Amino acid sequence: MTNAAHDRRDLPLAVLLMLPALCLVLVVGLVPMAMTVWEALHGRDLRLPWLGRPFVGLANFVEAAGDSRFVDALGHTVAFALASVPIEIALGAALALVMHAAVRARGAIRAAALLPWTIPTVVAALIWRFLFDAQTGVLTRLLQSTGITSAGFDWFVHPLAAWVPIVAADVWKTTPFVAILMLAGLQTIDPSLDDAARMDGAGPLRRFFTITLPLLWPSIVVATAFRVLDALRLFDLAYVMTGGGPGTSTEPLSLYAFAALMQRLRFGYGAALSITVFVLTFAFALIWIRSMGRTLAGERS
Amino acid sequence: MRRPVAVAGSAVLLTGLALPLYWMLVASFTPEAELFEAPRLIPSTLSLAHYRALFDARDFWIPIRNSLVVAGATTAVALPVATACAYAIARLPVPGRGVLLSVILAVSMFPQISIVGPLYLILRALRLLNTYPGLVLPYLTFSTPLAVWLLTAFIRRLPRDLEQAAMMDGASRLRAAWDVLLPLAAPGIASTAILTFLYCWNEFLFALSFTLGPERYTVPVSVMLFRSRYRIPWGEVLAATVVASIPVVILVLTCQRRIVAGLSAGASKG
Amino acid sequence: MPAASIQLDGISKTYPGGHTALHGIDLTAAAGEFLVLVGPSGCGKSTLLRLIAGLEAPTSGRIVLDGVDVTAWTPQARDLAMVFQSYALYPHMTVRENLAYGLRVRRLSRAAIDERVARVAEALGIAPLLDRRPAQLSGGERQRVALGRAMVREPRAFLLDEPLSNLDPALRAHARAELRQLHQRLGSTIVYVTHDQEEAMTLGTRIAVMRKGRIEQLAPPLAIYDRPANTFVARFIGAPAMNLLPASLLGIDASPGDCVGIRPHDVELGPGGALEGRVQLVEPRGHDYLVHIQLDVTGAPTIVAVTHTPPPGERVFPQFRRDRLHAFTADGRRAEQ
Repeated sequence: MTNAAHDRRDLPLAVLLMLPALCLVLVVGLVPMAMTVWEALHGRDLRLPWLGRPFVGLANFVEAAGDSRFVDALGHTVAFALASVPIEIALGAALALVMHAAVRARGAIRAAALLPWTIPTVVAALIWRFLFDAQTGVLTRLLQSTGITSAGFDWFVHPLAAWVPIVAADVWKTTPFVAILMLAGLQTIDPSLDDAARMDGAGPLRRFFTITLPLLWPSIVVATAFRVLDALRLFDLAYVMTGGGPGTSTEPLSLYAFAALMQRLRFGYGAALSITVFVLTFAFALIWIRSMGRTLAGERS
Repeated sequence: MRRPVAVAGSAVLLTGLALPLYWMLVASFTPEAELFEAPRLIPSTLSLAHYRALFDARDFWIPIRNSLVVAGATTAVALPVATACAYAIARLPVPGRGVLLSVILAVSMFPQISIVGPLYLILRALRLLNTYPGLVLPYLTFSTPLAVWLLTAFIRRLPRDLEQAAMMDGASRLRAAWDVLLPLAAPGIASTAILTFLYCWNEFLFALSFTLGPERYTVPVSVMLFRSRYRIPWGEVLAATVVASIPVVILVLTCQRRIVAGLSAGASKG
Repeated sequence: MPAASIQLDGISKTYPGGHTALHGIDLTAAAGEFLVLVGPSGCGKSTLLRLIAGLEAPTSGRIVLDGVDVTAWTPQARDLAMVFQSYALYPHMTVRENLAYGLRVRRLSRAAIDERVARVAEALGIAPLLDRRPAQLSGGERQRVALGRAMVREPRAFLLDEPLSNLDPALRAHARAELRQLHQRLGSTIVYVTHDQEEAMTLGTRIAVMRKGRIEQLAPPLAIYDRPANTFVARFIGAPAMNLLPASLLGIDASPGDCVGIRPHDVELGPGGALEGRVQLVEPRGHDYLVHIQLDVTGAPTIVAVTHTPPPGERVFPQFRRDRLHAFTADGRRAEQ
């Protein structure tokens, strides 16, 4: 039997096994996505059903471009990603190094470190909302007593300050995730490389920057990609902690799309907004894959 | 890393991670009035008032039940489906499997907000809004691709020799997979199941959009909706968060190694 | 290249779990000596090497380099070079950068670094590989780069941890010869760890045979071969292993439990004699034969003889040259005849 024929023998079985999963992906994933795209090209407003569903082409997108609330939301989303991801990577790496060096109670440390990540985002949002609460918040109290903030300062009333609890909650929740990814990477590094560097005369800092960090780079790349993709899709934290407020100063793109869709029921426009979130994440993913592919190819030559 | 640095470092980082949780716990047992006073590490009085209110006045059992059903059902459906698909991709010569995996992964990366609209319309048309299947179906969208990705990574790592030995012994491909591969893949399947369950338990947007009343609210939605317009009943909210976190904590403390294995597998190129 | 003497006084190492790897080791490697630490796995030879390097600290004892107590010194300060079993080449650097790393850390000038790297690369024949990455090299090439990285530092002494065990046998023999020549040329102090007794015999100026954290014998190779201090050393050094027989078998007047050793090369198959046995197995090796003989005496072990012609038949009469016999007391130590 030829190789090709041998392979083809198993094809019907393969298709059968993959069918349920692919059906799910198609029906519940790709079809709604296609519908969203279609909706975005039409002007449906559920509050005005008598207007029907006229085809409006790219009018929704044009409207979005001129919508200051949209531009703000876009800015918020990108700024949030730029602010939170570096912190998460740095702290995650530090946590991973510490977890890697710890020999005893490794399981307990790992379990304790994992808890923030596994807890529902809603819970995390509420905890940090509570910590920063103007009247009952521990952190508010602490910062006031050390004089960093003035008495009676309410984080959630200031447009810029309201981001701090959100970023804090995100960092707190996802640092363990980053740490676990990096820990896996650390464990693949040959320990005798560190010994060799010690014999070569390198001190701990130098060893970290010239040996450990370069070898950890692939994990850092993967972690950064995951985190940026998640940050661009920010919804839960903002919705629960601030509802987008004060006003719309902490409103990320997803939240604006949600408001348009589910609260104002402007399906066409909301669909267009949600498409921009999609485009944003995919554009990032593509750029990332392209540049990482180039880096990896470059290393090999 | 020198031992004292490692110990000090871990103490600092872990305290930072654990303190908010500890606070949540303490506050949930603190009487309402005391919440507004100066915070202390150990409260002077412990009260179960919030918990009582939670279960008596607010019937918190219902959201808990709903979450358990939805998360359990999703995991129960997603795992077999994903395992079958992952086996096919990892072991059978499927043309274009690289593309397939990429598409599958891409779907799990869809922003939820992008498909919540059409899903709402579809579910409404099927009269599945505010029902269990109405939530399980969307949850499957996101958990199945992720499960396939993870399981493919796990299965790829297992040596083929054992299945080939079984086939030499006369077993069909499927039989060999069932008798030999599945037991070996059990840890990976467990990891994936745990991560899937956690994802469903914690999910918020879909639950918020596709449930209409308290009888079908899941835990995250229910907790979120405690706030009235003017103030947040922190005591009860925090008690609810504690309860919402209990299954998670149990899972993490008992299955920490599985969870880490799942995450690591998902991160590597598999 | 400056060569240092290495002295170990009462070195012991016990791990937190309770396992003791080394029991009071006393050892001196003179400047320029090629000292081989050889023994079965778990005997502590790699641990000892790591203690000399400074990668681990001894539980008790002193390490003295050139008369200076360096027990508390970090590896960086000791100025020793180590070649690891896995070679430990930095995978993200080119060969050139690998060689230069230790020199850059010590802030040598760019010119000095380039000169040394070029010189060592030339000497080891790896000059054409300088711009490649470790992943692109073969096993033998990687081994030479690892050696080059150590040489380029011109250290006080070299520590080699089973550097040849990952090479194919053919390459290994070649690399062994090169190492020997290198030592003669450089005159450096080398401490070499291996589990292969043949390597130990051919490379070392002195061998320390180790077992379970202790040194069983420390002597030049031929001394160990000709006069092993106990039955362990007798059977560990020399292949095929020495035959050990109860002394009573040979009619020698001795205390019970005493035994006698004879190397397979010293067993001759004669036409007749006091000892008779049956040939169990003959292994032709091309240039000689390994003959496994089951002696007629009950309770006697199988002995091995090395002969240049196949045995005459199934029944043979092994004979031992009296002057090639080794006597051991019941507790295994060598007895004076």
